[in-house]
Amino acid sequence: MKVYDLPDGGGHFGPYGGVFVAETLIAALEELRAQYDRYREDADFQAEFAYELKHYVGRPSPIYHAKRWSAHLGGAQILLKREDLNHTGAHKINNAIGQALLARRMGKSRVIAETGAGQHGVATATVAARYGMKCIVYMGSVDVERQAANVYRMKLLGATVVPVESGSRTLKDALNEAMRDWVTNIGDTFYIIGTVAGPHPYPMMVRDFQAIIGREAIVQMQEEYGRQPDALIACVGGGSNAIGLFYPYLDSDIRMIGVEAAGRGIESGEHAATLTTGRPGVLHGNRTYLIQDENGQIIETHSISAGLDYPGVGPEHAWLKDSNRAEYIGITDDQALEAFHALCHYEGIIPALESSHALAYAAQLAPTLARDKLLLVNLSGRGDKDMATVAHASDITF
Amino acid sequence: MTRITTVFDKLRKQNRKALIPFITAGDPDPALMIPLMHELVKAGADVIELGVPFSDPMADGPTIQRSSERALKYGVGLKDVLTMVEEFRKDDIATPVVLMGYANPIEAMGYEAFTARARACGVDGVLTVDYPPEESAEWVAYLNRQQIDAIFLLSPTTPLARIEQVAKMAQGYIYYVSLKGVTGASNLDLREVAGRLAQLRSCISIPIGVGFGIRDSMTAKAVAGLADAVVIGSRIIEEIENSTRENLLSNVYRLVKSLRSAIDEAQPETLVSHH
Repeated sequence: MKVYDLPDGGGHFGPYGGVFVAETLIAALEELRAQYDRYREDADFQAEFAYELKHYVGRPSPIYHAKRWSAHLGGAQILLKREDLNHTGAHKINNAIGQALLARRMGKSRVIAETGAGQHGVATATVAARYGMKCIVYMGSVDVERQAANVYRMKLLGATVVPVESGSRTLKDALNEAMRDWVTNIGDTFYIIGTVAGPHPYPMMVRDFQAIIGREAIVQMQEEYGRQPDALIACVGGGSNAIGLFYPYLDSDIRMIGVEAAGRGIESGEHAATLTTGRPGVLHGNRTYLIQDENGQIIETHSISAGLDYPGVGPEHAWLKDSNRAEYIGITDDQALEAFHALCHYEGIIPALESSHALAYAAQLAPTLARDKLLLVNLSGRGDKDMATVAHASDITF
Repeated sequence: MTRITTVFDKLRKQNRKALIPFITAGDPDPALMIPLMHELVKAGADVIELGVPFSDPMADGPTIQRSSERALKYGVGLKDVLTMVEEFRKDDIATPVVLMGYANPIEAMGYEAFTARARACGVDGVLTVDYPPEESAEWVAYLNRQQIDAIFLLSPTTPLARIEQVAKMAQGYIYYVSLKGVTGASNLDLREVAGRLAQLRSCISIPIGVGFGIRDSMTAKAVAGLADAVVIGSRIIEEIENSTRENLLSNVYRLVKSLRSAIDEAQPETLVSHH
């Protein structure tokens, strides 16, 4: 089998990825690429990263066998990679630490970030506090309102949260605004992008920092089950938790399934299922699948989960789809909510709504498979942040 | 010879500098665009940069972003922008029109369809903000097949080796972004611009326009003393924002006219040598 070696030197995954930014950002990206190339192979950097992941994040995250839920579903066994147990409650912290360590080595004293649900914002605010850096988080004003608890968390951690009033006032607009900040303050500022999107080297760098998920899984599966899973399942918004799990498995022939947000249903037009329904184009510094109209304008997306509510997707996922190495399917808001409640009920775990999309697909797939099959689901985050959303969906007010 | 080269040649012989206003196609109202474009020419514009509205104008500041949003409310897309140029050309075959925008609307239409139609409508140049030279080889080949100039940006952070690389691909004129930041900012450093332009001249043979952060006649005059062209966007968009349908054309005319006069007063190169 051909060894997977993407991206190329220009950050391309087949026709996707690349560096599609204004000239004003090129020098900063070039500096970042050169510095990352250097520290990627640097033993001290990697040792510090590993130390932080172990002692600050609490890694390795366990693989947990959801026995009662699997028995209830009656088929394959569902195993959960417990990223929800990480410090700050999601996989986002892995990448935030990696980039913050890089920022420190590059002498940048100010970090900025975009956030949708607030998880990446919280992770960035956390590492900024941890390393004594100034932190600005851009967040669409719509998201500021619906994720008030996370906004408060970021403020507690010392970050300045800037509500973004332009465009659809959600994640994509927060990303636009963070880019504008970066281009204006290039000298002292490091932009910590939260997902495997954006211009090269971000998709590769974020993937590398998140790949700890899959590398741990390979070891843990061998130790505890004596073999690797039959399928990997993860939710995909930008796609960082999915690529973190998938990447170390790419040279195997293990089935990989990325689960997108089908919102109120694909046919309703209110969804964020980019790979299922989108067309290739250029946004936020890379070529990838996009949800867009016939004029090439980006369309507002919908998902009950703010972390999946994004009209693009990481370019590596676009490539994995086209090359048929991974499959991508959609799960609706209602299906995700059902899986959310099932995991609470059968396992005593409150999952993030993002991760609930992956769980929902596992619940569809498991009954079609024999009981000795193993499905490894990335439980990318915990659901504490989603209390208000889930209560609202059940018509409950506190 | 393209319309852009013709204009710059003529100006050079007259020892004058080009004034390049930027407006967003469809702002404030598609019905006003053709009269507005003619008004710009009447007031002294040498080239018109016409912004193609985009939902996510990452490199632009709030002013141009708002103008894009106003145009998008009317559903103005790339095809409509091309039709506007076609309309404009019925009464003006001399003034170059350069489309400025982002890659995605062009990708959605397709290189072949876009460039063929752009040529037929009388578009002279295209500046695609998020196509740096590294990603542009195929795109520039399509433009050249239709004799449309590929306009490129250079910035204060562009290193020398890269300036040489851009210079090889750039046609029509180079758009030098005069500051670190987005459009509409107001912290242009004239001395820095002067120093950089001297460096750019050493490896660029085509005209150099300067834009971003030029907000008044004094700055326009000073920049005209250094560059071949002065690009003014956000300031004009603000004028459009602050005007009514009734006084829009006269307000924009007055503003552009005053910029024109300031630019024509500039003494080429004296600014550099006397400081």
